[in-house]
Amino acid sequence: MSISWYLVVSAIIFSLGAVGVMTRRNPLVVLLCLELMLNGGNLALIAFSRMWGNGDGQILAIVVMTVAACEVCIGLGMIVAIYRRHLPIDVDELRELQG
Amino acid sequence: MSAVLFFLAAIGAITGAVGVVVLRNPFYSVLALVAHLISLAVLFLLLRSEFVAAVQVVVYAGAVMVLYVFVVAYVGGESDSIGERLRGVGSPGSSGSGLRVGGAIVGGALLVELLIALLGTGLEATSGYGAGYVPGPKTFGTPAYIGNLLLTRFLVTFELASFLLLIAAVGGVVLARRRGGIGEDEPEVFVPIDRPLPRGAGTTAEGVGIVPGRGALTRADDPNGSPAHTGAGSRS
Repeated sequence: MSISWYLVVSAIIFSLGAVGVMTRRNPLVVLLCLELMLNGGNLALIAFSRMWGNGDGQILAIVVMTVAACEVCIGLGMIVAIYRRHLPIDVDELRELQG
Repeated sequence: MSAVLFFLAAIGAITGAVGVVVLRNPFYSVLALVAHLISLAVLFLLLRSEFVAAVQVVVYAGAVMVLYVFVVAYVGGESDSIGERLRGVGSPGSSGSGLRVGGAIVGGALLVELLIALLGTGLEATSGYGAGYVPGPKTFGTPAYIGNLLLTRFLVTFELASFLLLIAAVGGVVLARRRGGIGEDEPEVFVPIDRPLPRGAGTTAEGVGIVPGRGALTRADDPNGSPAHTGAGSRS
């Protein structure tokens, strides 16, 4: 398959992740949809890396995976802290910082 | 063969993504994401990046998703959040469904824009099949190739990524630790060090019997003032 097919799949995955981030209210699912967006970006990076026969895109994809792991660690830690304080696990209800 | 595999993997990946967004139960969302990640690893294999595909399956679908499953099990995979239930998403006309439709419209616009950018690009190479590829032990995408790049050209990036992981690990522990005074009050823990000890307790002088140490203190604490072996005798 030509490279553009992979790019189309990555665009679809990225848009689905964006829809999930905008519509879902459970922070766990919002984090999962962020992972979807990062994976769409990863697929595009690897497709471009294959296109030029250059490994830089793959290194960048591995770095993106690292950053995603860090984000999951911090995000899940925050969710556990929110749960411990008996606050509602809902991104619309958590507006203490809003004033 | 490659086209069939591509379509199977692409359909799997998109179905998994739809499942993550649509499914009500967060636990099922996590499982859909695992299916999505494995399909994506097949796509990576088709793009000749074996090492990244292996990392995707082992690290992403293996380790990170286990973390997710643990947190979903801890927080409780309630079918949806409380606010969503209160607002009555099922009924049409409520603000929740309006926001949902708006989000879907914005996502569709984003998709159209991305497709215009990707397919209307001037890059001729996107319609090609990629650069030439010769199988071998050190060609494009093998672990040797990636390791060589990581330890030569991208050494600073590699070190920065490891430092970022360290910071995230510390931050996760700090965020999720049990804080005092917030949860249910903890039971009193008896710490033996808190007891006032006579002078010389725990020193060599006590060990050789020059200074009355802990032994003397326990005998003084005993209400009967009796030696220790009576306790053993009353128990038998």
